[in-house]
Amino acid sequence: MSSARPSRLFRNKSAKIAAIPMIVTALFVFVGGTVWTIVYSFTKSGLLPRLKWVGLDQYERLWSTRKWLVSIENLAIYGFCTLVLVFVIGFILAALIDQKIRFENTIRTVILYPYALSFVVTGLVWQWILNPEFGVQKIVRSWGWESFQFDPLYTADIAIYGVLIAGLWQGSGLVMVLMLAGLRGIDQDVWKAARIDGIPAWKTYLFIVIPMMRPVFITTLVLVVTGIVKIYDLIVAQTGGGPGIATEVPAKYVYDSMFRANNLGQGFAASTMMLLTVALIVIPWAILEFGGSRNRD
Amino acid sequence: MCAVLPPALSRVEIMSNSIEIKNLDLNFGSIEVLQNLNLDVGKGEFLVLLGSSGCGKSTLLNCIAGLLDVTAGQIHINNKNVTWAEPSERGIGMVFQSYALYPQMTVEGNLSFGLKNAKLPKAEIADRVKRAADILQIEPLLKRKPAALSGGQRQRVAIGRALVRDVDVFLFDEPLSNLDAKLRADLRVEIKRLHQKLENTMVYVTHDQIEAMTLADRIAIMRGGKIMQLGTPDEIYGLPMNKYVADFIGSPSMNFIDGSIQNGVFTAGDLAISLTGYEFTSGEAVDGGATLGIRPEHVITGELVSHSPYCIDVEVELIEPTGSDKLIDCQVAGHLFRVRMDGQAQVSVGEVLRLGIDPARASLFDAATEVRL
Repeated sequence: MSSARPSRLFRNKSAKIAAIPMIVTALFVFVGGTVWTIVYSFTKSGLLPRLKWVGLDQYERLWSTRKWLVSIENLAIYGFCTLVLVFVIGFILAALIDQKIRFENTIRTVILYPYALSFVVTGLVWQWILNPEFGVQKIVRSWGWESFQFDPLYTADIAIYGVLIAGLWQGSGLVMVLMLAGLRGIDQDVWKAARIDGIPAWKTYLFIVIPMMRPVFITTLVLVVTGIVKIYDLIVAQTGGGPGIATEVPAKYVYDSMFRANNLGQGFAASTMMLLTVALIVIPWAILEFGGSRNRD
Repeated sequence: MCAVLPPALSRVEIMSNSIEIKNLDLNFGSIEVLQNLNLDVGKGEFLVLLGSSGCGKSTLLNCIAGLLDVTAGQIHINNKNVTWAEPSERGIGMVFQSYALYPQMTVEGNLSFGLKNAKLPKAEIADRVKRAADILQIEPLLKRKPAALSGGQRQRVAIGRALVRDVDVFLFDEPLSNLDAKLRADLRVEIKRLHQKLENTMVYVTHDQIEAMTLADRIAIMRGGKIMQLGTPDEIYGLPMNKYVADFIGSPSMNFIDGSIQNGVFTAGDLAISLTGYEFTSGEAVDGGATLGIRPEHVITGELVSHSPYCIDVEVELIEPTGSDKLIDCQVAGHLFRVRMDGQAQVSVGEVLRLGIDPARASLFDAATEVRL
């Protein structure tokens, strides 16, 4: 008996025991919670969850609510602009810092510093900066440009771009630091080889260095995208969703439905839609990224 | 004054210089890396810059390539002052230790990227890539990416990238250091063949003396940003101009015995070697403190000892057989002394061995300046 090969189940016992809390959390909280949410999104739950089926009613109502449509549109604008700009700004800053400049550490810290602030602080600070009564507009006008107008947070059409500015200010630093780490990981000889080949710096970045930094880009992309999808606190602190419903976002819609409007079913339906959207993006990408490589090896 | 330029001995007759370096200085902040360095490389010459790490050999190569801005002095390539020219305009190709291939491009892409960028006609690019691939035998690899190549193949592609540039000067920055011993020996021969075939100028940086000796037309041994000796491999090996070079070249390294010269006799402890047959650089014997250097392989052993000008008896302390040779450790005048014997020689530890020393094959260095006497 003692010579028999131990069962696979009991091998590495201590490691498996140590992993149990995390496995339980993952199963019950993440998977369980998700399934529960999806199930109750088909019910007429109000203040408390109730298993009274209403089919797709919650979804029909959701997609005919203007606030939700505005939320989706805002997230699309905010997400697309953040994604593009945060990468462009972050990469350019990193490339500039990578030129063996003086006071590199100081500058890096200054640029990364906003990331150390919570979204609530960021939101408040930018609310003040963009306030026409005492922010940027007031300062420029006091310099003598009397007709200067810059009050994005008070103009419904462009209010989301006011939030975007704050989001970029907060997020660019992190992207810069990650990109800088990626740039530092590039063999200096590659740069030398490109110089001898007579390739201009921008082309070296575009065709050689950036392709080499693919893993860094993917990590950064994941971090940035998750940050975009869950955007909530910045909105609450900076605009509260206003003016009107101009800066509503899906996460805030979910929260408002569940805890303000006492309509759990509606909140569940909205969060299920968010999950579905993320899944529609992530799953094909994951198959492309990981499924393909498994076949190749 | 340590940097001693060699007498114009057996140097290959050279038509004109391909690279001329004049009074080159390079400082990093307050650190002087290269000081007043002068070096001419002839057309078609294979020059090796040899030295231990930190001696400035790679720095010098980077200066020639234009990858580092010099502090003072001039660099001429093909009789054109290129001191401030861009690397791509200097007419050079360069090969790096880490290969520095562009990993996201195929081998063909690596070879042609620089040419495409220089807006060469397509047919011309295809021609050059084909020719380089022919010479280096990498046609089957053209569609592969660097990640799918072995170290030796990658380095061949890196050489190919220099080749397609169609330039007169090739710079190699320790190209073989990342390869295993066998591959290194193979590729070394290939580089030598390539040089014979292309007949262009090559400057090659290495810390490996075997590489230097086998490849070079001339070797420049560097230390602390200065050239300690510049000469053919034979000169460097046979007539080292100072103690550093003598110690650096040869493995195992040269034996040194500190003593003094008086009236043409070198004395150290109970040693008294007549220097008849030694060719002093100044033509006549010099008196004063001196160090005698003799290579382990130049110590006479066996039957020939009876014919040698000077004999000593030593006790064998340690034997290191290497197959082809046996290395014997012993003591001479209080110094560790190593002797290379034939691999078949019969010796054992504790045995007394008679050694012969021929002053004609030895080197003498001034005790204070360490310059060859």
